[in-house]
Amino acid sequence: MKAAQPQSKFGPRFKAGLTGWLFIALAVLMICAFYFYPMIQALILSFQTGTGSNLSFNGIDNYARLFTDDMFLTAVKNTFIYLIFQVPLMVVLALFISVLLNNPRLKFKGFFRTAIFLPCITSLVAYSVVFKYLFSSDGLVNALLLKVHLIGAPIEWIADPFWAKVTIILAITWRWTGYNMIFYLSGLQNIDNSIYEAARIDGASAIRQFFSITIPMLKPIILFTSITSTIGTLQLFDEVVNITKGGPGNATTSISQYIYNLSFKYSADFGYAATVSYSIVIMIIILAFIQFRVAGDRNE
Amino acid sequence: MNKSKTFFTYIFLSIAAFISIFPFFWMLVSATNLSVDVTQGRLLPGSHLIENFQKLTSSVDIIGALGNSAKISISTTILALLIASLAGYGFEVYRSKAKDIVFNILLLSMMIPFAAMMVPLYRMFGKISNVVPVIGIDTLASVVIPTVTTAFLIFFFRQSTKMFPKDLLEAGRMDGLTELGLFFRVYMPTMKTSYAAAAIITFMSSWNNYLWPLVVLQSPENQTIPLLISNMGSSYAPDFGMIMIAIVFSTLPTAIVFFVMQKHFVAGMVGSVK
Repeated sequence: MKAAQPQSKFGPRFKAGLTGWLFIALAVLMICAFYFYPMIQALILSFQTGTGSNLSFNGIDNYARLFTDDMFLTAVKNTFIYLIFQVPLMVVLALFISVLLNNPRLKFKGFFRTAIFLPCITSLVAYSVVFKYLFSSDGLVNALLLKVHLIGAPIEWIADPFWAKVTIILAITWRWTGYNMIFYLSGLQNIDNSIYEAARIDGASAIRQFFSITIPMLKPIILFTSITSTIGTLQLFDEVVNITKGGPGNATTSISQYIYNLSFKYSADFGYAATVSYSIVIMIIILAFIQFRVAGDRNE
Repeated sequence: MNKSKTFFTYIFLSIAAFISIFPFFWMLVSATNLSVDVTQGRLLPGSHLIENFQKLTSSVDIIGALGNSAKISISTTILALLIASLAGYGFEVYRSKAKDIVFNILLLSMMIPFAAMMVPLYRMFGKISNVVPVIGIDTLASVVIPTVTTAFLIFFFRQSTKMFPKDLLEAGRMDGLTELGLFFRVYMPTMKTSYAAAAIITFMSSWNNYLWPLVVLQSPENQTIPLLISNMGSSYAPDFGMIMIAIVFSTLPTAIVFFVMQKHFVAGMVGSVK
């Protein structure tokens, strides 16, 4: 690759003029129309109340309602439970698998990598339906666990409030671990082997090498995957709807599902639905900021 | 590496690989068995594939759903690649400070959760329905239009354009090509691999998209494959053999794309981040 230049490497002659703007015009227009304009609309809507399109402004009432809305608080709590358990579980698992796969003397590397990545090709709906059946009370997972005497009675994976959350977490982990693994693997390949050799000569154990070399070197990628996973989990919808329907009760309802229900299942409360959706926007901004601070600042 | 560690590595990776593959195996095997056998935990291939398939085609419009999904995904992919590559090329080749600011603003849209735009988009298409019904609510076009442009893909093409040799543009200009001609006749053919990677990512996410089609598509004849499977999966007396065939059909296109273009697939995912 050529060295980075401060100006466009295509030369100053072509910077000026309308041509460049014409190339980007369509994309800018589309993003404004289908991302920024809806966000402004949602902001306006979030201060309105009413059913369907009969809306009137009601100040910050919608935002005040959030704090007394049990359904909303449950959805937030559920989403955070997924976040706190699922994202670290997956990141650690994906890192661990990547380090094992990065061993140059490992055989069947291609097979393991392809197999573990395979879940990523399924649609969220399709794998959710498969998981729903595998984890049903008379499903294969219970049958298997009973057979090896790990459990004495079938676990209610879908019908019990606690186990339903576990099922959702296991499902998401199954679907996305391989995806994260690919990023870590490509990061590991960029780490010079001589660093490890030097560490080995200094007598650093494998565990020490992992924490002193691998983790610091992969930090930007871990940060990237944690942020994308966090954003993904805050938007969780397909799995919850198709595995548990948000049940039992509201034990697995996610925020996105609640927004959908408010808008299209209950009485079309678009104003309040927009308020709830802004709460996700605010959470994404706060969490991304925290993750940047935690992972990003140490170098400075 | 000592022996016990090697042993542990293989055992662990084998278990991980087994867990990853098993649902696929179960799905394929169940598609060939009767629903009763599936509930009894049969894990061997059966001889009821044709029967299940006939049941499926006679009870739901799977062909129609596959057709709708194909129309949506293919048109989304073509349009998305065109719009995003034009923009990525424009941002990099005609780079200016003002454009860099615009680019950074566009990137902000990646942080917007879809659920936050869902309601305004729905109302927007409701209004469009009154003016131009062919792209309004409950049309395939209404699925394509708001999802076709993503900042991610623009970012991807801008990153790829950094590797594009600029001498080719100079040579093209000498030959008298117009600026747009340079893009279509010089840039596009050179960037085939980037287009392939982008096509895979876009096709997959479009093929698998669930929430927006669920909101905007209402009539059964417009159903996409994820909507159909979701409906089948929520029935009270599911016929497992039949549902599994539908799931196999929904997974087949992405599986084929994956196995045929595995290299581009991973390159596309990872390359966009570097």
